[in-house]
Amino acid sequence: MLGRLSLSAIPLDVPILVGTFIGVLIVGVAVLGLITYYGKWGYLWKEWFTSVDHKRLAVMYIVLALVALARGFADAIMMRTQLALAYAGNPGYLPPHHYDQIFSAHGTIMIFFLAMAFMTGLFNFIVPLQIGARDVAYPFLNNLSFWMTAVAFMLVNISLFIGEFSQCGWLAYPPLSEMQFSPGVGVDYYIWAIQISGVGTLLTGVNFFVTIVKMRAPGMTWLKMPVFTWTAFCSSILIMATFPVLTVAVALLGLDRYFGMHFFTNDGGGNQMLYLNLIWAWGHPEVYILVLPAFGVFSEVVPAFSGKPLFGYKTMVYATCSIMVLSFLVWVHHFFTMGAGPDVNAFFGIATMIISIPTGVKLFNWLFTMYKGRIQYHACMYWAVGFMVVFTIGGMTGVMMAIPGSDFVLHNSLFLIAHFHNVIIGGVYFGYVCGMNFWAPKVLGFKMNEAWGIRAFWFWLVGFFFAFMPLYVLGFEGMTRRMNHYDNPAWHPWMLIAEVGAVLILFGVVCQLMQIFVSIRDCNKPENRDFTGDPWNGRTLEWSTSSPPPVYNYAIVPHVSSLDAYMHDKENGIDTRQAGGQYEAIHMPKNTAAGISAGAFALIFGFAAVWYIWWLAAIGLVGVIATIIARSANKDIDYYIPAEEVARIENEHTRKLMAQAAE
Amino acid sequence: MSNPNTSSSGESHGSVSSYLIGFVLAVILTVLSFGVVMSHSLAPTGTLAVLSVLALVQVLVHLHYFLHMGGGSEARWNNIAFVFTVAFVSILIVGTVFVMANTSMNMMSR
Repeated sequence: MLGRLSLSAIPLDVPILVGTFIGVLIVGVAVLGLITYYGKWGYLWKEWFTSVDHKRLAVMYIVLALVALARGFADAIMMRTQLALAYAGNPGYLPPHHYDQIFSAHGTIMIFFLAMAFMTGLFNFIVPLQIGARDVAYPFLNNLSFWMTAVAFMLVNISLFIGEFSQCGWLAYPPLSEMQFSPGVGVDYYIWAIQISGVGTLLTGVNFFVTIVKMRAPGMTWLKMPVFTWTAFCSSILIMATFPVLTVAVALLGLDRYFGMHFFTNDGGGNQMLYLNLIWAWGHPEVYILVLPAFGVFSEVVPAFSGKPLFGYKTMVYATCSIMVLSFLVWVHHFFTMGAGPDVNAFFGIATMIISIPTGVKLFNWLFTMYKGRIQYHACMYWAVGFMVVFTIGGMTGVMMAIPGSDFVLHNSLFLIAHFHNVIIGGVYFGYVCGMNFWAPKVLGFKMNEAWGIRAFWFWLVGFFFAFMPLYVLGFEGMTRRMNHYDNPAWHPWMLIAEVGAVLILFGVVCQLMQIFVSIRDCNKPENRDFTGDPWNGRTLEWSTSSPPPVYNYAIVPHVSSLDAYMHDKENGIDTRQAGGQYEAIHMPKNTAAGISAGAFALIFGFAAVWYIWWLAAIGLVGVIATIIARSANKDIDYYIPAEEVARIENEHTRKLMAQAAE
Repeated sequence: MSNPNTSSSGESHGSVSSYLIGFVLAVILTVLSFGVVMSHSLAPTGTLAVLSVLALVQVLVHLHYFLHMGGGSEARWNNIAFVFTVAFVSILIVGTVFVMANTSMNMMSR
C-alpha cells in the first residue's frame, strides 16, 4: 500500500534534521497563519498562483530562487563548519551519511533551483518588455514551467524530512548512484526532482525562443535587439538543445534503478563512462546557459551607469553567439582523467581555451564602455565591477585546468571547487543580483535600498576571497573534494580561513535580506518611488513604460528605429508611449489553475515514484495528463481589456509624468 | 499575442489521416526494431546495421508526419532549426563515438 514508505523513513535519530523540521514547522505555520489572518489566500490565488502574466511569474521565480539560496547556503556553511572542525581526532558534527547528502543537495539546489530559477525570473521580467511585447508567446506554458520548477524544489526539500537525499554528488555519477551501491531513496528523489524541473526548464526555453523570434516590436531587427535579449535568446537555444540530453541521461539511470537495466552498471555490459559523457554534454552548455544572461545583465547595467552606449555592440552579439556554439564542443574537459587518449583530450582542451577569447572580448567591451564614461557608483555598478575582477580570476584558473596535463593534477581537487565557485558566484550570482537591483524599480515601482546593497556586495566580495582562495591552495596541496574528515595538519589553517569566508558571506546574505526588508519598509518614501518609469536614464524599451508596467505592458506597441530604442526616442524628442494616441481594446490571456494543478499532480507522482507507491503514482500521472487535456480543450482562455480602460490607465500615467516634470 | 488560442503559423498542422499513417509507420518500425533484437535472427553486426537503418527511417517518419518538415511559409525557420538540430545531434553522436571509442581502447574496457 505504501511501497517503501514507513515511519522509519523519518529521520528522528538525526537531531539536526529534527531541529530544522521544528524550525520549518514554526515558520511555515506562522506564514500560513498570517496569510489566513489577513485573508490573503484569495488574493494570492487570483493574482499570483494562477497568473499567466510574465511579470507576476518573474517575481514568483525570484522568490523561489531566494528561498533556494537560503537552503543552499545553509548547506554550504554546514559543510565549511564540518571541515573546520573535522580535523585529526575530531570527527566533526556531521556523519558521512549526512554530510554526503548535504553536498549533493547543495549543488543540486544551487544550480537547478537558485541559478535556473533566478535566470528564468529575469528572462520573464525583462525579455517581453525589452522587445516591446505584451506577454510571452505561450503564457500558460510559462505558468506551468514555474509550477514544475517549484514542485521539484519541494520534492528536494521533502527528502530532508522523509527518507534521505542522494549521496552521489550533484550529478549522481554511476556506478555509485546505481541500485547496487545506493539502494535508498536518495537518488530517486534526485532523479524525479531533475526530471520534473527539466520539463519546466525545457518549456521555458521553447517559450522564450518563440517569443524572441516572433514577437519583437515592429522595426526591431536582429541587430537592434538589446544585448540582454540576445543572451536570453542564446540561452534558450542552449536549453532546447541540451536539456533533452540531461533528461535522457537521467532517465537511463532511472531505468537502471527501477527496471534493473544495465546502461551504466558495472555488470551486464553497462558503461558508466557513457553517463559522464552524456551528463557533461548537457552540463557544460548548462554553465553557459547560466552565465550568458549574466553577461547580458552587465551589458545593460554598465552602459546605463556609465552614461554611454555599450562599446562594440556587434562584437558583443558575435561573442555571445560564438560562445553558444563553442559551448557544445568542450564537454570532455570535465573528465580528462577518464582515460581518453591525448588526441581526444587535446581537442577538447584547445576548444576550451578558445572559449576564453570571446569571453575576453566581452570583458574588454565592458571596460571600454566605462572608459571615459560618466560612471555612477550605484550598487549595481559595484556588483558589475566586482564581477569583472572575480570572474577574470575564475576564467584564468579555468584555462589552467583546460590544459589536460595540469588537469591530471587538479582534477576533483579543491582547486576545481574554487574555480567553479569563482566563475559561478562571481559571474552568475553577481550578475543576477546586479540585475535584480537594476530592474527592481521596474518590477516593484520603487528602488531597492542602496546602502544595504553595497554592504551586501562588500561582504560577498571579501567573503568570497576568504572562502575560496584557500581552496586553491588546498587543491595544490592535494586535498580532494567531498572529504568528510582529514588528518593533514597543513590543511587545517586554510580550512579555518575558508570558514571565516563562509561567515562573511553569511553576513552578505543577511544584508541582502535586510536590503529587501528595508526597501519594502521605505517603499513609499518619495526618493525611492519611481514615478517616471525611467529611474536610471535607461536605454532600452522597458524603461519607456510605467513602473510597475500595466498588465498589457504597452498600450500602443512601440516602433523601433535604432539600437537602444528608448534612448534614441528621448534624444530625438519622440514619445515612445505615443500617449494620447488611438487606444484599442487589448487581447489578453486569462488566468488559469491548470499550471498549479499539473504541478500538484506532478509532485504527487514524483513522491509516489520515489517510494514505489504505484497506485498513487498512477493517480499523479493521470492527473497531469488529464489537466493538460482539459486545458487544451478549454476555449475560454482569453479576454479583452476595453479601449476605455486602457485610455484611463494610460492617461493616469501621463498625468503622473507631467506632475513629475512640473516639480 | 493577437490570438493565443490559434497561433496560425502558416504551416499545415496535418490531418487525422496523416497523423494515423505516421503513427502506424512509427509502430511498425518500432516493432521491427524490437523483433530484430529479440529474435536473435541476425549476427550482432547485422542487428546493429538493421537497427541503424530502422532508426534513421523512424527519424524521417517523425520529421515528416509529426513535425511537418517541408514547404510552407515558415520553411525558413523550420530549416534553420532543423540544420541546427542536425548539427548539434551530429556533434553529440560523433563526439560521443570519438570519446568513448578512444576511452574503451585505452582502458581496455571492451
